[in-house]
Amino acid sequence: MAVTLLLISLLAFLAFQLIPGDPVTKLLGSDYTPERAEALREEMGLNRNVLVRYWDWLSGFVTGDMGDSYNYGMSVRQVMAGKGVVTAALSLMAWLLVIAISIPLGITLARWQGGRLDRVFVAMNQVFMAIPPFFLGILFTYVFGLVLKLFVPGGAVSPRDDFWGFLGYLAFPALAIAIPKAAMVTKLLRSSILNQMGQDYVRTAYSRGNSRWSVIRGHVLRNAILPVVTFVAMTLADIVAGSIVVEQVFALPGLGRLLLASIGNRDYPVVQCIVVIIAFIVVFMNYLADVVTQYIDPRIRLG
Amino acid sequence: MTKRILTLALAVVMTAALLTGGGQSAFAAENDGSAEEITVGIASDLDSSLDPHVSSSLAGTREVLFNIYEGLLKPDTQGNLVPAVAESYSVNDTADEYTFTLREGVRFHDGSEVTVGDVVYSLSRAAGLETGEPLVATLAGVASVEAVDDSTVVVTLSASDAEFAAYMTAAIIPDGSDPADGIIGTGPFKYVSRSPQENVVIERFDDYWGEPARCAKVTFRIIEDGQAMVMSLHSGAIDLAAHLDASQAAELSELNVLEGSMNLVQALYLNNARPPFDDVRVRQALCYAIDKHMVIDLACDGHGTALGSSMYPAFGRFFDEDLTDCYEPDVEKAVELLTEAGYSAADPLRFTIAVVEAYTPHVNTAQAVVELLRQTGMVEAEILPMENATWYSEAYQGRDFDATITGMDASTLTASALLARFVSDNAKNFIGFDSADYDAAYAAAVSATDTDEQTEKFKECERILTENAANVYIQDLADFVVTQTDIEGYAFYPLYVMDMSTVCRVG
Amino acid sequence: MKLRHNKNFTAGAVITGLMLAVILVGMVWTPYDPNAMNGRAKMLAPCLTHPLGTDNFGRDILSRVVEGAGATFLIAAATVAIGLFAGLVIGGVTGWYGGWLDEIVMRFNDAVTAFPSILLALVLIALFGSGKYKIIIALGVLFVPSFARIVRAEVARQKSLDYVASARLMGAGDMRILFLHILPNIVPVLLPSVAIGFNNAVLAEASMSYLGVGVRPPDASLGRMLNEAQGYLLSAPWYALSTGAAIILLILGFGLLSEGLGGENGAA
Repeated sequence: MAVTLLLISLLAFLAFQLIPGDPVTKLLGSDYTPERAEALREEMGLNRNVLVRYWDWLSGFVTGDMGDSYNYGMSVRQVMAGKGVVTAALSLMAWLLVIAISIPLGITLARWQGGRLDRVFVAMNQVFMAIPPFFLGILFTYVFGLVLKLFVPGGAVSPRDDFWGFLGYLAFPALAIAIPKAAMVTKLLRSSILNQMGQDYVRTAYSRGNSRWSVIRGHVLRNAILPVVTFVAMTLADIVAGSIVVEQVFALPGLGRLLLASIGNRDYPVVQCIVVIIAFIVVFMNYLADVVTQYIDPRIRLG
Repeated sequence: MTKRILTLALAVVMTAALLTGGGQSAFAAENDGSAEEITVGIASDLDSSLDPHVSSSLAGTREVLFNIYEGLLKPDTQGNLVPAVAESYSVNDTADEYTFTLREGVRFHDGSEVTVGDVVYSLSRAAGLETGEPLVATLAGVASVEAVDDSTVVVTLSASDAEFAAYMTAAIIPDGSDPADGIIGTGPFKYVSRSPQENVVIERFDDYWGEPARCAKVTFRIIEDGQAMVMSLHSGAIDLAAHLDASQAAELSELNVLEGSMNLVQALYLNNARPPFDDVRVRQALCYAIDKHMVIDLACDGHGTALGSSMYPAFGRFFDEDLTDCYEPDVEKAVELLTEAGYSAADPLRFTIAVVEAYTPHVNTAQAVVELLRQTGMVEAEILPMENATWYSEAYQGRDFDATITGMDASTLTASALLARFVSDNAKNFIGFDSADYDAAYAAAVSATDTDEQTEKFKECERILTENAANVYIQDLADFVVTQTDIEGYAFYPLYVMDMSTVCRVG
Repeated sequence: MKLRHNKNFTAGAVITGLMLAVILVGMVWTPYDPNAMNGRAKMLAPCLTHPLGTDNFGRDILSRVVEGAGATFLIAAATVAIGLFAGLVIGGVTGWYGGWLDEIVMRFNDAVTAFPSILLALVLIALFGSGKYKIIIALGVLFVPSFARIVRAEVARQKSLDYVASARLMGAGDMRILFLHILPNIVPVLLPSVAIGFNNAVLAEASMSYLGVGVRPPDASLGRMLNEAQGYLLSAPWYALSTGAAIILLILGFGLLSEGLGGENGAA
């Protein structure tokens, strides 16, 4: 895990050295002269060896010092602080929505397999999975924002001023991200349960006179949920990535907008920090999925 | 099972909390509809430095700082210079000595009174008298700044310059202060706070010497996305936004829509220094092929003022209307010139148009230009969208481009603000224009002490640019300001500024 | 090959077939020149002459949707082709030989897959600049690891099977066994991943063009059109709806196909 993260941060660091466009020219703007640029480069330490600078950055990062933003005249930590809350809240809300929708739905569908709800779901599921989250966001903006006026597009509020209003605004982008993912998880859970229903132990349980529901609840779920937990844990990474695009649709001041702006401004310390944090979330979630899987089913050993 | 999932969720919450830290608010103060507070949408974040003497790369920064800082003089809505920190000024006959009398009772935002010491410090700092390197390029000609008595300051120039008063809009800041440590000016608003990519907040300065601002607090909220800007206006999340284009304004027709002009020269700027545009025939061919009125129709719904040279109408006497239609749209003539230059339908003129992705009006103009050129059958232009930083370093500074569509604006109301850059050895001459006639005419204009003579020489400069087809001039973009229906008092300036002091909410 | 969910496969084949037909026709003929502007016919509502209306330059939206779907399709197909080809080579070689090379390559693989692909693509585009071909390269590179991983696992599994041993007995060389004997056997496993990869490529291209870092104007692209259409949601909602529907149909068709081929859900 640590090796992967190190590798990612090094690759990201090197990549930014190759991108055309120099932070110094952007900073100086129309005051650019080669001499001033050189002086500023020297001042910012951009003239040192790449590896030396990487080491500097790394040792700072480990101790919690993420460096200073080129563009905003404040530390990366300060720049990121408020935005991180938005992206974290959005991703988390979307993720919890995925769980809240798909787990009960998947179980219900499996319980009444072949029922009306199940048939509708099987028919519609692929459509839900096929909708890009950002298009769903545009649809929501139109339907809920402009036609039904349930929320004010572009009018995000601060969690400090109005915490519930903040969550209320996030509900729409979160739902836009969650629906396609929830469709996948529901389908996975449903088929995982149905798969287990054909196993020998289920037949034994039935023979003891248990109802379908109590068989599912008492025996099947424990086994069926295993692959789902792993998958759900890993979707968080996709959700974070999806939120970068969806933030743009809803004009949310989160990490995604900051990332795009910082790439444009060549504000590498900020970009680097966002990239490493997202990579950390992904790697961490994968690791967590492994741990949880093992916890539920001790037969699986971590390699 | 549920418990485990909850534990998992909790772990994630904690990770997220750890990663993000508490930190400052990510939002603009909520628009509570109070009569005294106004929220303005701006399309890009300000520069990192809010130092008024560091002439910024972003017009958007100057536009906001206009409310905070003032010079000895300041421009009014008609483009005249009116006294601000100074009460009056006089010029000697050779136009190389300017005497300013300070206004009494002007206070800085920190409460202290403006003294001659502050003025001398500010102007010396801006002109770089101690470092030898002027922060404000237009003040390079300042030889000395001296306080004669407690209310009089004399600025001496190394050469006569009849336009110099216009540069005295340079901000006055407290003696010895550095704007990096605190933003203190004398304007109608004082700086309160900023949050990157989100907002900048200013408040009414109650001890302002002049007419006090009509609203108590203005929040500039950064909304980079044009669509989000329209939505925010539509929903009432913001009260006012400037620099919208015609199609955005059309979406918001139920609100107050004001039409002014952007005060810039939008053109297809051509790299005169290298092929294919080192050939005047090719440049002229493009001028004939691109019908600027058609471009304005296609890209801007017909709103905008067609231009023929590097000058726009707000400059009044310097603007020469006759140049606008110097090249009558004529595809045949364009084809003829291109054929002469060695191009044919089989071997068309190929070039790229660099344009900053984020500036929708320029991207739209580029699309229309490409389409009009395509119709000649002999030109294949390709749009090269880039990020602002790349455009600056490669196209503008590096001069590595074929053609680019952008807008050049003026930071002061002087003809040289627009025309200086085409002098062959000017550092900002990014198109590499090189004409001995032009250099001579420009030099004559700058040193002229007689206003009429100066005007005539500047007009000659403009004519040389047009005749040499230095660039394919298109328009001064229309500037739509849209406000909620209860907002009034917005005034257009002939410069790229946004004066919030006259704006207020009524009813 | 047994098609597990025939209904899905049929529906997918029909949708994909129709989209392909439209795209192919669009390559030789569209109702209007997709780039032709018309100052007198801007922002028209759907009507007989323009079934989906016109955009802010007076260009016919139907023609642009067809052209944009074609561009998106080509980009996605080329992306998958690059990812698949490189994935086959890398996955085949590492799966066959194993050892330290395998270790290093797979570690690198993990690092690349740790990034959400859109994020990486953004960084790569900042590196290379935007444009159709650069997107193909950027996305193609990002798709290599997932294919390489599947191929590697499958090759490692097949390696111990009898037919490989007998091929070896007959004196076949490594490469011959790998590409002539094993490859045909892993195709069924790969097909659903190809369909899923295609969908991810469509989504990534659309997202990037939507964010303004994809296909360059004036070329039509579904994502870029959605971005423009969002500005006219109030007055011309059909612009966004028709463009979005085209993206959904592209993804839906391949999603159903992959489902029919027995692939698991669209996670990749």
